[in-house]
Amino acid sequence: MNEKLKGFIEEAGWPRVIIGLFLLSLFVAAPFVKVRVDASISDTLVRFGMNGILVLAMVPMIQSGCGLNFGLPLGIIAGLLGAVTSIQLAFTGMLGFLTALAIAIPLAALFGTAYGLLLNRVKGDEMMIATYVGFSSVAFMCMMWLLLPYTSPTMIWGYGGSGLRTTISVEGYWLHILSDFLSLQIGQYLYVPTGMFIFFGFMCFLMWAFLHTKTGTAMTAVGSNPEFARASGIDVNRMRVVSVVLSTVLAAIGIIVYQQSFGFIQLYMGPFYMAFPAVAAILLGGASVHKASMVNVVIGTFLFQGILTMTPSVINSLLQTDMSEVIRIVVSNGMILYALTRKVQVKR
Amino acid sequence: METTPLLRMEHIGKEYFGNRVLADVSFSLEKGQILGLVGENGAGKSTLMNILFGMPVIGQTGGFEGQVLLDGKEVSFADPLDALDAGIGYVHQEFSLIPGFSATENILLNRESTKYNFLVEVFGDRLETLDRPHMLERSVRAITTLGVDLDPEMIVTEMPVGHRQFTEIAREIDRENMKLLVLDEPTAVLAESEAQVLLQGMKKLAAQGISMIFISHRLQEIMDVCDKILVLRDGRVIQEAKTHETSVRQIAGWMVGRKMEETAEAHPADRIFGAPLLKVERLWVDMPGETVRDVSFEVRQGEIFGIGGLAGQGKLGIGNGIMGLFPAGGKVFLGDDPIYLNDPRFSLSAGMAFVSEDRRGVGLLLEEPIEWNIVFTAMQTQDAYTRALLGGLVKWRDDKAIAAVSKEYIDALEIKCVSGRQRAIELSGGNQQKVCLAKAFAVKPKLLFVAEPTRGIDVGAKKLVLDTLRRTNREHGTTIVMTSSELEELRSICDRIAIVDEGRISGILPPTAPVEEFGLLMLGATGNGNGNGNGEEADRTVYHDE
Amino acid sequence: MKAYTTKEKIQHFLISNAVPIIFILMSAVAIPLSGFSATYLVQEMLIRLARNSFLVLSLIIPIVAGMGLNFGMVLGAMAGQIGLILVSDWAVVGMRGLLLAAMIATPIAIGLGYVCGAVLNRAKGREMVTSYILGFFVNGIYQLTVLYGFGKLVPIGNAELVLSRGYGIRNAINLAGMRHALDYLVPIKIGTLNVPVGTYLTIALFCLFIVWFRRTKLGQDMRAIGQDMGVAGAAGIPVEKTRIIAIIISTVLACYGQIIFLQNIGTMNTYNSHDQAGMFAIAALLIGGATVSKATIPNVFVGVVLFHLMFVVSPMAGKQLMGQAQIGEYFRVFVSYGIIAISLALHAWKRQKDRERARRSLRGEA
Repeated sequence: MNEKLKGFIEEAGWPRVIIGLFLLSLFVAAPFVKVRVDASISDTLVRFGMNGILVLAMVPMIQSGCGLNFGLPLGIIAGLLGAVTSIQLAFTGMLGFLTALAIAIPLAALFGTAYGLLLNRVKGDEMMIATYVGFSSVAFMCMMWLLLPYTSPTMIWGYGGSGLRTTISVEGYWLHILSDFLSLQIGQYLYVPTGMFIFFGFMCFLMWAFLHTKTGTAMTAVGSNPEFARASGIDVNRMRVVSVVLSTVLAAIGIIVYQQSFGFIQLYMGPFYMAFPAVAAILLGGASVHKASMVNVVIGTFLFQGILTMTPSVINSLLQTDMSEVIRIVVSNGMILYALTRKVQVKR
Repeated sequence: METTPLLRMEHIGKEYFGNRVLADVSFSLEKGQILGLVGENGAGKSTLMNILFGMPVIGQTGGFEGQVLLDGKEVSFADPLDALDAGIGYVHQEFSLIPGFSATENILLNRESTKYNFLVEVFGDRLETLDRPHMLERSVRAITTLGVDLDPEMIVTEMPVGHRQFTEIAREIDRENMKLLVLDEPTAVLAESEAQVLLQGMKKLAAQGISMIFISHRLQEIMDVCDKILVLRDGRVIQEAKTHETSVRQIAGWMVGRKMEETAEAHPADRIFGAPLLKVERLWVDMPGETVRDVSFEVRQGEIFGIGGLAGQGKLGIGNGIMGLFPAGGKVFLGDDPIYLNDPRFSLSAGMAFVSEDRRGVGLLLEEPIEWNIVFTAMQTQDAYTRALLGGLVKWRDDKAIAAVSKEYIDALEIKCVSGRQRAIELSGGNQQKVCLAKAFAVKPKLLFVAEPTRGIDVGAKKLVLDTLRRTNREHGTTIVMTSSELEELRSICDRIAIVDEGRISGILPPTAPVEEFGLLMLGATGNGNGNGNGEEADRTVYHDE
Repeated sequence: MKAYTTKEKIQHFLISNAVPIIFILMSAVAIPLSGFSATYLVQEMLIRLARNSFLVLSLIIPIVAGMGLNFGMVLGAMAGQIGLILVSDWAVVGMRGLLLAAMIATPIAIGLGYVCGAVLNRAKGREMVTSYILGFFVNGIYQLTVLYGFGKLVPIGNAELVLSRGYGIRNAINLAGMRHALDYLVPIKIGTLNVPVGTYLTIALFCLFIVWFRRTKLGQDMRAIGQDMGVAGAAGIPVEKTRIIAIIISTVLACYGQIIFLQNIGTMNTYNSHDQAGMFAIAALLIGGATVSKATIPNVFVGVVLFHLMFVVSPMAGKQLMGQAQIGEYFRVFVSYGIIAISLALHAWKRQKDRERARRSLRGEA
């Protein structure tokens, strides 16, 4: 029994186990501090579905050896452009949602290609450059949001101002278009956004299937041992660009799914720090800097969002104070630090 | 006049996990003597020097047998820094220089002259300021002792290669009580003229009482500068001789040995081969450490062609270059088709396959299952083991077929593993090598390059690997080009053997040729010692269009 | 020895100083657009030089030691702020207050620097990302301490510093008592301008320190490690220890730099002041022409001037050009991040090329 336990902990890693237990304890403590368990579960589930695809977007680049995608904002921007244009075109419901996707995906593919070509020239320093490419593009778009010729009255500043507002509501367009599909409402507080889960599951399935194709296998090999891949005739640079494009496209899809649940499109500095929770989540789920699986995505997102949901409500009730922000910072960055300081076993 | 020798190594032995690498090696060295240390790869030279120099790997793997006596007193160093303190210096093959520093700064690295200042009281010794004028004095002194023309203020990156070598040696000389200097292939990267300067410098040092151990395969230089020679083979001392009492040919013979006297293996003189399958013309390959400069040869269909030579001379570069793994140029033909170099995919699609000498680095996906490793190349270059879905758009990995074919190879090659799903990293070296072979076989190549096929494998597995290669050749007609540092191995299985020296083929011999011939070719001692037989300074430029 | 033609020399100069040159050109366009007068700009630059140079100078030593851009300097900034908070609480003013703050903050900075150095040693090859994330992580700890610990676990007497709920430091602290304490230590006026001579002297001293440090054995060891850790280690230099020392020095200096910065501004944004400290300092250094592996003192001053010139001028230039000041503000944020991205990319690309070239030259190709 002891051996099995030790084996499990070693495989899972101490941080994961600690955080898992911490989350469990929060759920257990909830009723005692007058926090409704069903509402908490509901919140966790919703946030899990919202963020899942953004975390999934990490997988292709990790598998191909490009590291953690701190440049996620690039894909998110493509998604924002899609969402905003869809609203400009005044499409509602599923049509609006699909239009947003249809615009975002090609844009994301374009951004991803350029981004991937850049990363190919800086092998070994991808993560740092990804971070600043992400930041620069968000800052650049800040200027663009002010200048782009969008005219829809729901989006631009009031009183004759020009340029888009910071937050744009999707109510009346495609709010909850996925979440409400086949959703379950149990009692007053427990809401299960089945539609969103189905979509998330579908995306995971697509990713899983891709990794089982000839190209997907090649991509994994590139991340596992680029010299081996090269000796087997694989164009390493091309594979890396493909992985970056996939990552960016998934990010674009992910943010649109996020928005339909959240209810708002956040422009300007909104996407600035969005890479970090996704990075932390996948690391929390057991991925390393060069290997990630669907299981990592699901477990990681659930644990991470669980902590984010439960900590404010429980600890705030407990200590009569709002520590959620700080705990979020410590947990997510601590997780990333842990992954960065692990000894690298397989060479680059 | 009886003087204690400076160095005596007595009955030195070393085992690495049951594998004996050195046995009963003894020799002595007087003050001011230069000893030449000669032997093939794996003869034990590096291990012997590691023991002398106190490299940690020796202690970590069980220590050594025998005694090392310096000035009559037994010594045992735990750390190279201890050996340095005792007066033993080692100039390695790889340069150990800080690129942006000057010659002086490198010569005195971590031993700089310093001046005291009061901050030392608070923050420690390392805040002493450097005393540059004094440093310059010291470096000039070392350079003059060596007798070379080296600018002490020149930055390493701007130095010609020879000067970098001199800087390395000057660093050792600057040490105060330097008694013994080990030089590991110091002339390997030098032009002829620079090598001469170095040899003169060595003689000057010897005249000042510094003893040296000179490791080299350039027999002529050994003859020029050494007082006596020690020949190692298979971890034993074959011969110790005074230079003036022996000849290059004799040394070559000792080095390579007379073990495989009669090649009893099947070498039917009536083996019939087809037309030339592989034609190589003026190949050059830029593989760091194994540069190929100008190589031309032909391999006939059905032949097993061997490529041998000492380490670093370029034999490994040939296979790597033709398979596109390193920048290469020249002309290569498979049959009548030209092979476009620098494109691994092209070489693979043309029908060639490669088992790399770098098993762990290039040959395997260590973190992935054995199955993946075996089928990967075939899957990627031939779409094998995939199923076409959605009208050919999607090539789905056929895990069942993969498992089946892996099992076949695991059985055929007797790969010891838990299952095909086991990760490659968990296998022993020999089994990993078999996986690499399986990967190459799975592609069903016309021409197979194999590099160092039995390196690091136990005897039983060695035989199996060689038998498998022979079987593939006899049964499927696969032409094989085998590169190996073990001459015996080549002689046991190859139909012809080429020897590479200094990036060029110095000769092609049948396996039945006398052993010293091979030795001579390896040592580049055809003609008058510089590898191309016609007395001119060996041309060291690499021909390529840039 | 190679002799360069004049054309080659000019080419070489342009390429290695591409970034500052671009910036000068941009400023040349933006300054007239902004409408600021020359005297105003000169005055602003003098102030900003005094305020920011120390922080930027603290980045030099880790670069020399091969550890890249020390994003972990925010750790030092946080230590400095803690010192200032406590000193404000004890109502010690003027130069004494600053010195006391420095004294309290120093051990904290050393501790944090040690942690940072040890973490970076475990992440060799990924120092910059790791120090970046570490900055965020310690920021979280800092907030835990200052927002929750101070007032509860660490007694804070002065009610003005504390939030209305009874514990935790307020968002903004007035440092009036220590304002300009260092700046005007030596009171000199040019016309109506107060010149922060005290700070300039401190900065000059620091520059001398850096120059002298390079001549010490420790400085030489760091230079060796910065170029080749393997060779340095084989020569007996204690690589791990020296790297940690480099980070500790940088962190402590960043701590003092932040104190100097804050005494010039006069107010401390408890939770924000340190955030930008690292980012702006690094951007300034890179704009001055430094790279991840090479930084000199002139880079610092050129960089501070160019960066802050752009900073001051952008909003108004944006207003004139595009009709919205907001665009100018976003533009300067874009430029700050963009310049870091470009510098990092150029450096990584160059490193790849150098690696390929070095392979050939060091092993004996003609």
